[in-house]
Amino acid sequence: MPDDAIVEVREVGKTYEGGVEALRNVNLGFPRGRLSTLLGPSGCGKTTLLKIIAGLIKPTAGEVWVKGRKVEAPGPERAFVFQDFALLPWANVLRNVAFGLELQGVPRERRDDAARRQIAEVGLSGFESSYPNQLSGGMKQRVGLARALAVDADIILMDEPFSSVDEQTRRKFQEDLLDLLQHRQKTVIFVTHSIEEAAYLSDQIVLLSPRPGTVSRIIRPSIERGKGPDEIRRDKHYLDAVDEIWQILKRYVD
Amino acid sequence: MKSKSPAASPLVWQLISFVLFFGVWELAGRWPVSAAFPPFSQTFVALLQMTADGSLGNAYLITLQPLAIGIALCGVTGVGFGIGMGLSRTVEWFTLPIFIILQAAPMAAIIPLITYYYGIGMTSKVLAVVFLAAPVIVMNSYKGIRNTHPSLIQMCRAFLGTRKQEVVKIILPHAAAVIFAGLRLGLAMGFIGIVIAELLITPTGIGDLITYHSSVAEYPRMFAAITSIIVVAALTLHGLERLERALFPPEMRGS
Repeated sequence: MPDDAIVEVREVGKTYEGGVEALRNVNLGFPRGRLSTLLGPSGCGKTTLLKIIAGLIKPTAGEVWVKGRKVEAPGPERAFVFQDFALLPWANVLRNVAFGLELQGVPRERRDDAARRQIAEVGLSGFESSYPNQLSGGMKQRVGLARALAVDADIILMDEPFSSVDEQTRRKFQEDLLDLLQHRQKTVIFVTHSIEEAAYLSDQIVLLSPRPGTVSRIIRPSIERGKGPDEIRRDKHYLDAVDEIWQILKRYVD
Repeated sequence: MKSKSPAASPLVWQLISFVLFFGVWELAGRWPVSAAFPPFSQTFVALLQMTADGSLGNAYLITLQPLAIGIALCGVTGVGFGIGMGLSRTVEWFTLPIFIILQAAPMAAIIPLITYYYGIGMTSKVLAVVFLAAPVIVMNSYKGIRNTHPSLIQMCRAFLGTRKQEVVKIILPHAAAVIFAGLRLGLAMGFIGIVIAELLITPTGIGDLITYHSSVAEYPRMFAAITSIIVVAALTLHGLERLERALFPPEMRGS
């Protein structure tokens, strides 16, 4: 386990009511300022693990520590990006992005200013007064990301954020995400079932085995981050990582 | 190149449908189908006379009072119960079975019972409206609250919302459109309730106009009263439906 882990998962297990065991004895460290992905076939408990880290689900065994404190509930140092966006349909983009701050009681003007800045950062300037149902899937998820960035949490938890977005939007979004994170000291924990996405984005890839989810392997691809997206996709380390992941995941495909 | 304005044609079709309807009515009345079935023209004249002599206006003043009181009562307590049932398992456990039974029961059957207990005054008529309107209002409010998207609630918790914020900022706005639709459907039931009450309990208002003119064989006036209450109910409900679409446009609604 790395020494500078900002999030530590200790012997976490989760058995749902009804007896389904989603996770068993998971031990993990997530390094500060890095992007880690949780990768595995469906049913491996990756979303459950992410929601346990978020404090949205209670583990039935073990504990999660964030910045040296035990997780009991959601906290201000963690922000969540949802798979289905979870935007308020009756609120425009500006209010949706500012919603985390609104819940914290930040005065209107300050939270709107902060929201406008984040909207510009994710490339949605001009859409402040649009409503979610008027936006494409990719744009909705940009709103979801901007909302998470607006609360200025150190840790951003992303639950398959690009799964309901088409492939070209997905690639563009991945590139923008790397750009966006390059200058910020954010720790990102990212759930995905896409091998290429994990290899392209991650400093650390956690492979989970299914039913119950256990850590099967941790891979740290040594891809140089300074390069452009097309070069990364041709990089030997990137291709090796994709291959290595596939060799492991292949076993879980029936 | 000129083409017909697309907005004009549905209006034309609507007008044609009205002309056809009243035309068939006129023909059926002149044929005649029955001595008690007046043609449209006579009914329309009777409607104008009753409007002019004030009897129609007076009748509506009387009829609409218990309706307004009943719907207001349901609007406050019914919506309150529905929201309570949606938010609290305990309230749900106590009250949901009652409203499910009320919704399925033919409520007109208990109107004689209401008369037996509360007499023939305003109370009974208000109760008739409440019994018919309350179930749909309560159940809509309840379902609106219960169907809140679970990921919106999780989002609220993830961003440190309190339970109060969850209710005020997520659950209630999410349910507002469905609650409003429930009030509209409740009013539709309320119109049925008040007419039944005025026909079964004591003839007052529109119910009186219908019963009286029927008993003295002034059928055009009886039909004018019947037609007028149908038109008033239809227009009111249509107006509310438009208001609903203006207040809760589809692009702002939850899925």
